[in-house]
Amino acid sequence: MNAKMEINNLNFYYGDFKALKDINMKIEENKVTALIGPSGCGKSTFLRTLNRMNDLIEGTRHEGEILYEGQDIYSPKVDVVELRKKIGMVFQKPNPFPKSIYENVAFGPKRHGIKNKAKLDEIVEKSLKGAALWDEVKDRLNTSAWALSGGQQQRLCIARALAMEPDVLLMDEPTSALDPVATLKIEELIDELKNNYTIIIVTHSMQQAGRISDNTAFFLMGELIEFGETKKIFSNPSDKRTEDYITGRFG
Amino acid sequence: MSNLKLRKLKNKIFHGLVLSSTLFALIVLIVLLSDIVMDGYKWLSIDFFKNFTSRFPERAGIKAGLFGSLWIIVITASVSFPVGVGAALYLEEYAPKNWFTNIIQINISNLAGVPSIVFGILGLGVFVNTFGFGRSILSGGLTLALLILPIIIVSAQEALRSVPKDLKHGAYALGCTKWQVITGVVLPYAIPGILTGTIISIARALGETAPLIMVGAVTFAAFTPESIFDSFTTLPMQIYSWTSRPQADFHNLAAAAIIVLLAVLLTANALAVLLRDKYQDRIKG
Ligand SMILES: Nc1ncnc2c1ncn2[C@@H]1O[C@H](COP(=O)(O)OP(=O)(O)O)[C@@H](O)[C@H]1O
Ligand SMILES: [Mg+2]
Repeated sequence: MNAKMEINNLNFYYGDFKALKDINMKIEENKVTALIGPSGCGKSTFLRTLNRMNDLIEGTRHEGEILYEGQDIYSPKVDVVELRKKIGMVFQKPNPFPKSIYENVAFGPKRHGIKNKAKLDEIVEKSLKGAALWDEVKDRLNTSAWALSGGQQQRLCIARALAMEPDVLLMDEPTSALDPVATLKIEELIDELKNNYTIIIVTHSMQQAGRISDNTAFFLMGELIEFGETKKIFSNPSDKRTEDYITGRFG
Repeated sequence: MSNLKLRKLKNKIFHGLVLSSTLFALIVLIVLLSDIVMDGYKWLSIDFFKNFTSRFPERAGIKAGLFGSLWIIVITASVSFPVGVGAALYLEEYAPKNWFTNIIQINISNLAGVPSIVFGILGLGVFVNTFGFGRSILSGGLTLALLILPIIIVSAQEALRSVPKDLKHGAYALGCTKWQVITGVVLPYAIPGILTGTIISIARALGETAPLIMVGAVTFAAFTPESIFDSFTTLPMQIYSWTSRPQADFHNLAAAAIIVLLAVLLTANALAVLLRDKYQDRIKG
């Protein structure tokens, strides 16, 4: 197996509170890895360590290492701006900027120095196509992104992340604010995207994890209880707590 | 049942009370305004805007005051706006959360409540005397800038704080630097709120007299300023000077000048509201 990211003995603290305890995990390239577990168990915290978004929260610290292509992302040699270009993120609540659809997608590339209009047009089209949104918005690229439906906004946020040509995509419950139809669209999209990207997705829905992921990690109170192939975890978990969770006995 | 009736009665009484206090405020305002308009409107003419003040009421006008106010306000705005927004940005986005920042914050909030005459004394000591700017437009403008700076900072901070975290994080996640997040997301979102606060503060500065008396605004000016080192009068100073004369005609002149001042202030406030609504619509799309 080809590990895109490797997490070794990771502990994470909010002040004195230890939110992640000795996590070890290997993220496979071009696969979908699902993070499941009851709310408050540390899924989002873990996801945010992977592109160092936790740096934005005061009073946090970590121990252990997170290797991305063999390099510890917390090493002083790593520029966090470069890191976040490579490891994109989609949030729980769609958060398009209060700008036009076009400007939302072009936002990242513009700020990383691409000024050529034709080149930007090309990136916008490619990214919107990649997020399966192009056909719905191609005639109104200059209208406000906030006028789109929730599902469209979330796909726009995916397009915005794709525009940076990332390597890894982190998604934190990207469908929890969406209706079933919009959810299905995003799930289909994720299945499509994994051909070109490594995807790590937090989900509160076991069915969703079962449908879209190749590997699943089960978290409980900051600990990684079980990690392995989704098929195996769902059919024959080795830990009793995993079994209890996926059969709905708690959570 | 009687309990319910009592509660309903109480409710009615309270409703009546708050309604009558609103009406009272409104009536006082209407009486004041109509009194001023009745006294002043006959004196409003083209010449009233083109003439300097004079010993003869029929020849007196507000040209010196209008130009003085304009000069002052340009200085006040061009100093207080960038400094105020800069300070607000520092406090909201950069300053570490420690006791020192806290002290600065508390001081700024307190300064917003300091009487304007105190800023006048400060302006006299610092700008007029120590810096040697004299009794000039520059001293007046800087003094008023200091006066409204705390208000601009506090209102700009509120506007910056209203920017959703989601949006900032969205930009950070695209690999933006802090400066890019500020210019690309934070400021565009907050600017209507910042401008609204600034315009309202500047409108307040436009109506001030006390600090300008301290830094030596003149009351009888038959000239328009030509540089920031010239002496000056302002519209409120002109009003003040006319009302302190014994002749009734000058009191009416003052009323006419008040109408002009009120028109300017109301326009500024309307502009602030318009700006806010327009941008709010745009943001909501
Ligand atoms: N910014 C924060 N400051 C302090 N504690 C936090 C913060 N964010 C999350 N936590 C705590 O860390 C734990 C894990 O939270 P989180 O990662 O959001 O869980 P999940 O995403 O699995 O619901 C929870 O106990 C939560 O209260
Ligand atoms: Mg979460």
